[in-house]
Amino acid sequence: MVTRIKVGTASCGIAAGAGEVLQLLRKTAEQHGTLSDVPIVEVGCIGHCYAEPLVEVETDSGRYFYEKVEPKQDQLRRILNLEEQGRFRPNEARAQKERTSIMALAGRIEPTSLEEYRGHGGYEALAAAHEMAPEKLVEEVKESRLRGRGGGGFPTGLKWRFLAGKESDNKVLICNADEGDPGAFMDRTLMESLPHLVLEGMLIGAKATGARRLFIYCRAEYPRAVKNLNTAIEQIRAAELNVIDGHAVDIRVKEGAGAFVCGEETGLIHSLEGRRGTPRYRPPYPTDYGFHGAPTAINNVETFANIPQIVRYGASAFTKTGTENSTGTKLFALAGDLQYSGLVEVPMGLSIGEVVFDIGGAERGGVKAVQIGGPSGGCIPAEHFDTPIDYDSLSSLGAIMGSGGLIVIGTNRCMVETARYFLEFTTRESCGKCTFCRVGTKRMLETLERITGGEGSAADIERLGDLGTKIKQGSLCGLGQTAPNPVLSTLRYFNDEYQSHVEEGFCPALECKALVDIFIDPDQCNGCKLCIKACPVNCISEDFVVDNAVCTRCNSCIEVCRQNAISRVAKGGAVRVAS
Amino acid sequence: MEQTAAVERSDLIKTLQKEQETEGYISDEAIERIATEFDVPPVEVEGVVSFYTQFKRIPPGKYHIMVCDGTACHIIGAPLILTWLADALGIRDGETDENGLFSMESVACLGCCSLAPVISINGKVYGKLDRKKLLKTIREYKKAEDSNGRSNQTQSKSTAENTGAAE
Ligand SMILES: Cc1cc2nc3c(=O)[nH]c(=O)nc-3n(C[C@H](O)[C@H](O)[C@H](O)COP(=O)(O)O)c2cc1C
Ligand code: FES
Repeated sequence: MVTRIKVGTASCGIAAGAGEVLQLLRKTAEQHGTLSDVPIVEVGCIGHCYAEPLVEVETDSGRYFYEKVEPKQDQLRRILNLEEQGRFRPNEARAQKERTSIMALAGRIEPTSLEEYRGHGGYEALAAAHEMAPEKLVEEVKESRLRGRGGGGFPTGLKWRFLAGKESDNKVLICNADEGDPGAFMDRTLMESLPHLVLEGMLIGAKATGARRLFIYCRAEYPRAVKNLNTAIEQIRAAELNVIDGHAVDIRVKEGAGAFVCGEETGLIHSLEGRRGTPRYRPPYPTDYGFHGAPTAINNVETFANIPQIVRYGASAFTKTGTENSTGTKLFALAGDLQYSGLVEVPMGLSIGEVVFDIGGAERGGVKAVQIGGPSGGCIPAEHFDTPIDYDSLSSLGAIMGSGGLIVIGTNRCMVETARYFLEFTTRESCGKCTFCRVGTKRMLETLERITGGEGSAADIERLGDLGTKIKQGSLCGLGQTAPNPVLSTLRYFNDEYQSHVEEGFCPALECKALVDIFIDPDQCNGCKLCIKACPVNCISEDFVVDNAVCTRCNSCIEVCRQNAISRVAKGGAVRVAS
Repeated sequence: MEQTAAVERSDLIKTLQKEQETEGYISDEAIERIATEFDVPPVEVEGVVSFYTQFKRIPPGKYHIMVCDGTACHIIGAPLILTWLADALGIRDGETDENGLFSMESVACLGCCSLAPVISINGKVYGKLDRKKLLKTIREYKKAEDSNGRSNQTQSKSTAENTGAAE
């Protein structure tokens, strides 16, 4: 008998059409007769974003998952009748390698049901924390060796001890939910799917540090996260769960307004104060002088989400997972050239290859590198895929753990262009306060553009390395200090690609526009003229020759050609092939 | 509403967000008005507005297209999507067309990387795009607008007739 039906309506589900599925499912169930009383609820994300929209049917004899559900009544009716078809089976390798601890309840419970969260042991850690002395709590977190999940990897227990040590009744604890890496969505998923878990972690933090004002600084692009958090906050206020040591702590969500640099601690604080989010020199550190001058500590969303299990099961249980210097699990947002993109939680110490191939289902031999850590991180080539994922191993390769964005880069992509992309991002996001970052990143970008534009020289490659090192040393904040990483790491591992751009004027991936021509193979062409019609600049002649001086390399002709007769070739290659 | 309570400086961003939510953008007039409200020089409000990418100083089109240029989408083809859209709409990144119908903006990660490449039109997400799917989507919006436009025209005409008002 069907007891409950769940539809994943986190952002990934909604984008794939879960909203329509939910609506129609409700209607179909109503008409179904026997199912009209069965609750159909919205849940978060289980991490298998590639399979969205996902529907789970709970029955008294087990649970059934259906993937890629379409808003079609006959399909939904089959699901409601528990017919086999469309049953979802996650890949085996993933099931073996992943370790869901913080994500254990994600997508399984209603995000904004306090009752259901508590039914699964929620807020028991907070209750336990109430019985503990603050010093003991801080000590427990220190012993767990939990390191910040926001990128830097600073020991959380130590940060909390700094704040706990301040004499003030005005202390502030901030959850950094700015998630600025343009390929990461771990924090969003946590907030959308398990807002109470994040809040419980924060409340325990308040008890441990004595903070009396809590803020969640959330990216404005995350409306569902903001909504779920606000609902959850109302619920804990009503249930008086925010009362700590007889004092109701104030919790608020504050929305950012789109600025990567506001993920930096001092930039974030300025933004919270309603100003431009320009970072400032540290020291003083926020624990000494933070929000409006009050002692302040900032932790990442995922860091807070780890806290309840540490308190509930103890530091020693926590350290059983992971490696000596990187304990616990880590969430990764997998995307790019792979089969199973989505969110995955793995024990620290798993190898990059295991994540990319076994969990992500990327094609062996089809992958050139992974980009870890976004604009502050680096590219790690396939030959290093046996490296374990932990803070120190990744740093030694010139990447960083970062917040958890992991983009798989296929063999057909250009690494110079990838580096240029990240530099363009950081140049745009630089706040402009310090010269190294403002001017330096701009010069690096111009140099990269010369190289991808076919006008680079050997001296340019040298200049990139030199400038990159100086920007790292001379910049005021973490943005500039890490901005050159994507360039430096590609220079290190993919130097041949840079060389080939400047020496031979050849882009091995045939991606850089200035270094390719469009060629129509007369042997394949059947004269259908679709390409001529599609060309926005009319550069294809009646006898199917492309005027490459006019062509913008928009690929429109390649996309419309049914004969696969049109392709990108190395500049001048058309002549070579034709002759 | 309490008249005496001074607005808190830390609410400035929130206030600007509300303004943009209702008006679609931040006008010169809004900057002056909000500056007075917060008792700060207009240049300071302008400074905050220009710092954050969320705030727009020109009105968006009726259909605002966000083209994801996050890492996953960029690698899988966002630059081509931008080119194709520019060709189809006659506007570039950050512009609004003459009729105020379409506007286009490239943004960082829309958060559905598993559907890359992705665009959103007024918040509705379209994923796994290729040229054909993209142009079809745009055509559908244009078509809906055309028939809409026609019925609007006839409607306003009949209203004018009914009320006897002259154009
Ligand atoms: C340019 C820049 C952007 C950052 N963006 C984020 C972010 O989006 N989310 C985050 O948690 N930390 C971000 N950080 C790191 C934070 O400054 C800070 O170290 C972190 O929030 C501390 O929390 P943790 O110790 O729990 O990791 C960023 C740092 C820099 C320099
Ligand atoms: S990169 Fe486009 S949705 Fe994430």
